[in-house]
Parts: sequence; C-alpha cells; structure tokens
Amino acid sequence: MKPLEGILVLEFAQFMAGPTAGLKLADLGARVIKIERPDKGEAGRQIAIKNLFIDGDSLVFHTINRNKESYAADLKKTEDLQKVKQLIAKADVMTHNFRPGVMEKIGLTYEDVCKINPRIVYGLVTGYGNKGPWAHKPGQDLLIQAISGLSWLSGTKNDGPVPFGLAVADMACGAHLTQGILAALLKRNKTGKSVLVEVSLLESILDLQFELLTTFLNDGKQLPKRSTVRGSGHAYLSAPYGIYQTSDGYLTLAMGDLMKIGKSIGCDLTLYQDKATWFEKRDEIIKKLGAYFLQNSTAYWCVRLEKEGIWCSSVLNYRQALDHEAFRVLKMTQAVTLSNGRQLITTRSPIEINKQKLYATKAAPKVGEDTHRIEYEFNITR
Amino acid sequence: MKPLTDYLVLDFSQFLSGPSASLRLADLGARVIKVEKPVSGDICRSLYTSDLIMNGESSVFHAINRNKESLSADLKNPNDVSLLKKILKKADVMIHNFRPGVMERLGFGFDEVIKINPQIVYGEISGYGNEGPWKDRPGQDLLLQSLTGLTWLNGNADDGPVPMGLSIVDMLAGANLVQGLLACLIQRSRTRQAALVQVSMIDSAYDFQFEAITTFYRDGGALPQRTNVNNAHAYLGAPYGVYQTADGYIALAMGLIPTLGKLLKCPNLENYPLVSDAFDKRDEIKQVIAEHLKKGTTQQWLDILEPADIWCADVLTWDRLVAHAGFQALNMIQNVTMRDGYTYQTTRCPIRIDGEYLTASSGSPMLGQDNEAIWKEFEKETGDEE
Repeated sequence: MKPLEGILVLEFAQFMAGPTAGLKLADLGARVIKIERPDKGEAGRQIAIKNLFIDGDSLVFHTINRNKESYAADLKKTEDLQKVKQLIAKADVMTHNFRPGVMEKIGLTYEDVCKINPRIVYGLVTGYGNKGPWAHKPGQDLLIQAISGLSWLSGTKNDGPVPFGLAVADMACGAHLTQGILAALLKRNKTGKSVLVEVSLLESILDLQFELLTTFLNDGKQLPKRSTVRGSGHAYLSAPYGIYQTSDGYLTLAMGDLMKIGKSIGCDLTLYQDKATWFEKRDEIIKKLGAYFLQNSTAYWCVRLEKEGIWCSSVLNYRQALDHEAFRVLKMTQAVTLSNGRQLITTRSPIEINKQKLYATKAAPKVGEDTHRIEYEFNITR
Repeated sequence: MKPLTDYLVLDFSQFLSGPSASLRLADLGARVIKVEKPVSGDICRSLYTSDLIMNGESSVFHAINRNKESLSADLKNPNDVSLLKKILKKADVMIHNFRPGVMERLGFGFDEVIKINPQIVYGEISGYGNEGPWKDRPGQDLLLQSLTGLTWLNGNADDGPVPMGLSIVDMLAGANLVQGLLACLIQRSRTRQAALVQVSMIDSAYDFQFEAITTFYRDGGALPQRTNVNNAHAYLGAPYGVYQTADGYIALAMGLIPTLGKLLKCPNLENYPLVSDAFDKRDEIKQVIAEHLKKGTTQQWLDILEPADIWCADVLTWDRLVAHAGFQALNMIQNVTMRDGYTYQTTRCPIRIDGEYLTASSGSPMLGQDNEAIWKEFEKETGDEE
C-alpha cells in the first residue's frame, strides 16, 4: 500500500511547480484530479521543449502529469463551479497558482473554500510571495534564477551569469509545496481544521542557496568569486574541486587532500603544502592540475586516485550514464501507457517505501477524460 | 502551532543531504536531536566555504544545523548505545546517511530499530542505492552531478561539462527524504506501523532531470544540445537566455522573435518570421539579440519589454537583491542565536503555514551541548533490555 492512499487532491495548478507537487503526491499514493478548463485544458499542455508533442499535448505535460485524472470545468460558469465545489467538499487538498485576484473573482479563495470544506489543505504557489513590488511580476523559472543571484554561482568569472540549465526554481518550489502539504495534513489530522500552505518560486530558490547566502550574510556581504578557470566546480570551495579535461574525456575531483592527490598521480604539488593556499591559489592549482590531467585518459587517472581513496569520477553524458550498469540496477525508468496503446518511457518517483519503488503506469489524461466517471462516483449533481 | 509540534526526530546524518532534511522537519516544528561523533562531530563543522569560520565552525554547518539539539555519542560505546535506544523508543523519525551496511553493523539497521520502536519512520539517504557497481562509492554532490549527465545542461555548447555551482543533489535528496518521511507519518497515523523510507542521491539527480531524460528517450537518444551563446536551457529555443546589456545583464524567457524585433527596434530579428525558427535557428537568433542588447541599458530594455508583457528580468547579484524592496518584502532573513550568545543571519524556511513564517531563533548547537539535558530526560526511560 502506498502511504497516501485515500487522500484526494484537486489540482487547479498549471505549468510546472504546482503540477510537480501533484505528481509527487500521486506517486506517493494520493488520487490527483486536475481541474482544467474544457477543451484547451491547462496552459502547460502547450508548453513544449524541443517542440515535442504527443496527441496534441506537449511531452513536458505528459512527463509532469502522468498518474493523474482530469476533470473539465469552466470556473466562470455557475453550473460548473457548483459541481467543482461539491468536489472540493470531498477533497483533502487543493492547489493552485493563479495570479492574485483570480480566485477572488471565481470565489475559491482559501476563506471561500474553508466554508465549503473546513478540513481542506489549501496549497498556493506564487512567483514572489503576495506582497511587495514583485508580487505581480510573472513567476517564470529563468527570471527567478536571474533575480535571485543564482546565476553567479556556476561557470567561470569571465562567463557573466550562467543559469542552471533546467527549471530548478519550479522543481524546488514543487518539492516545498509537497512538504508543506504533507506537514499540513498531519496538522489537520490532529486539529481537524483546514490549513493554508504558501510557497513561492523566489523563496524556494533562495532556500536552495541557503548555505551560500548564510556565508554571504555573515562574511561582510562579499559576492561569490568564481574561478577564472574552466571546469571549476564551486565559487566557495578550494582546489581541487572541479572538472578537468583528460586525453579522452573529463575527470571530476571533489574536495580532497592535494598532497595525497599529487602523490597518487605523480604531479609535484609540494608548493601547496600550506592548506591555506588551496583556496588562495585555487586558480593556479586548478590550471596546473588541468595541464597535467590532459596527458592521460580519465580511466588512467581514476584508477590511481581511487587507489588512494580520493573522491573522483568520470563525467558522463546521458548516453553513457543511462546505458551504465549502475543506472540499470536503479530501475529508475518506467513505461506509461498512452491512450493510443503506445508506451512512453519516463522516470519513476525517487522515493522508496518499505523496499518498494513507487511505480505507476497511468499516462497523463486528456482534458476532461475522467469528468463523467468522477461525477458519477462522487455523486455530483447540478 | 507548527505542523510537526510534538514530533521527535533522531538524526544520525552528517554533511548536507540528511541534515538539510532534518532542518526542514525542525522548521516545520519537530524537535531534532542531532547525534554526533564525540570530539570532532559532524564533519561539516570543519568543511569551510571560502575559509569562513564563524564562532569556531564553518558557515555551512551553521546554516544547515540551526534549530537542532546536539548529542555527542559514540555508537560503539554501550552506555551511549543504550541511551540512543531509549531515545529511539520515543522517536517518531530517525535519519541517517551512512554508506550501505554501516548502520546494520552498528545495530541500528531498520530491522533492529523496529524491535525497539515498532512505529518508527526510518529514513536513509545513500549515494547510489544499496546495490550495483557504485553502491560503495562516495555520495558526493559534484561526483553525482558528473555521473548523471547534469553537467551537460549548463553553460554554452563549447564549455565542456559545467557543474551547477551549489550542492544541488544533496539538497534534492534531502527534500525527497522529507517528503517520504512525512507521507509515512501520515500513513502511520492510520496503520500504527513502522516504515522505511529510502532515498538516494542518484535517483534524486535523475528525478531532477525527469523532463530532459523523458525527452532523451522519446527523441531517439539525441543528447542535449546547448546553444553556442547565451544558453539557459538545452531544449528551449530563442530568446531563452541571459544577455549582456550596456550596464549589466537581462534575462529573456519568452517572446515571439518578430515581436521582439519590433519592440527592441532590431530589424534583423524580423528575418525569423516562422515560429519554428525560434528553435531551429536559435544560435543565429541569440547572436543577433546578444549584439543588439549591448546597445542599451538593462533598465531601458525592461522599460520597453515589461509593458509589452514580455517575460524578462534584471539579473541581480546578492548585494543588489538583498537591498531591493521586493526581497525585503519577503522577510527571508532571520537572526538566530547560539547557546553562547553568538548571533548570525541566515535564511528562513521557504514554506508558510496559515500565513505565518516558520522562523526559529535558535542557532546551531555546539557539539554535545545538550548531552546533559538529554541524558537526564531519557536515561530513566526503560531500555530495550530483553
């Protein structure tokens, strides 16, 4: 049995942050029903990467919304709204990420919903919180990365800002929404009363930087100083932390004792016996190691480093990584069955409960695919 | 009332992945007792970033371990073990991130612990899972980024692998563990039974890339292609990226290319009228945008684009961010104080419950600072002597 079996979630949320939370709850066993406008459905159905679509919906949508049902309702129509309210009365959780004012107009704010269901957990995602000059700005991942300072942590000093190459603010925020909802369910079970959970993309991306922001705040507000050398791994960590080119690929070194590293690969690093130099002369050391590692293959170096217990690895791309025995044993992929009978390969939940990996074969729904069944099952009337 | 008030968490983990999970549980209201090795404690205490030492310890440790108690205990000392078992009897959650097999050898494996407490929710984080060729490898963030393909998503096409500049995989694994633990606590309130929650850094890294990997499989195994310049997402078309301006940088997320051409008065962009051009000719287009945006200041461009509903933003450094009214409205920074009076600033929990921030004023613990109180509180409990 999955841990959230019996929990009913209504997902009004669109795009990525909210729906990834819905996916996590679904994989943990909750029943997640997307409430979508008729025909077009949620806006995320048309947001594509690499222009890939399946049956008119983007591949991204399919990835984020598998294992969910869809109920079509036009919240501006009284009749539809009345039906949705009947569903809300039976739900444990609802989520949305509408801009301020939208739910007020519809009449489904937290206060409104509490009157329909005094035990609801109400999850709200915003871009920047609900007050201040940014409250009405578009909450989009890259913009949030830009505003939050995150883009000054990766790459090298000469690169200018380097964003993380995927929707990291959305993902972090979805995780936080999930955490908040689950904690709120525990609270509700104790008090019997509704709970409001609020997260924002900006707060989530700041939380992701909490270690480094704490360093910044207590170190005279010095900005991160990235290395000038390509491959350096972290603005705040000393040599050798980073990725080095070798004769046939790349080699990663985590934090490690430079004296031991020098000895194991036969590179003279005796100039740097004083540990303080590992940070102060980081660029010089990384350059020196970089030139040295170019002389031989990744495997050649790894064997020597690993023998001494140095933390290192090769650098894999998707082909190499996903074809590796170490990936196969994870059983990380699963096939969901699309409405045309074909299969879509995607990843599973990363959480394992009682030695069971959490799989689910249900594909993302078509808009309103489950409307009639849900109305029948929940005895929804006009 | 915070949602996890009255929950007790015994945390044996160190570094970032496990401790970031227990920090979240603490901020949500749980009482967290951090179990540390005598004398040296969590290795993170001396894992410095930019060599910054705050009150004798690393800034990173202070960030991760505030709002927790510290119990120093030797897992091989029978007295300490007996105390830990008494605490476990009362605990709701236990967490560790030792390598596979270590806790079993010490007598704190799941099967042992449920004999002490048949309702415990037991969470563990590993680097690579408990089987396979990598199971004994070090679960370190940069190695995980390197081994899971993540480094090929950032930077430009010719940059080689570019890591994300913070411990992203640790953070994700911690976040996933919290979700699993909370879900099992919900289940436990019905079943009254123990649960084992296992999370690995490698699964977490792949979950993070779920869109890209699903695309990779669907798209015949084509590798992600970063753009030559101004890359921000290997799978998105122009203009998606960050661009230099006359006095700084601007992030551009979306916008039809011809529309951008008109707004920015950049006629060259009108040479790309097809919607498909935005992806198919993205390198060319980005080059044109990059050259053009250098001619004006960030504010000039924002003043044109924002009223037209084009998604864009200034690119801030932390000093400009924390000085901004938009940041200050979040109340994201809190002051916390250690037992000895040392006060420092850090960020708060990103979740708000019932309109309240989940702040907490206690700073990180000195190693073993709560030993006496914890011994006093728990030693009288009946142990597990069978």
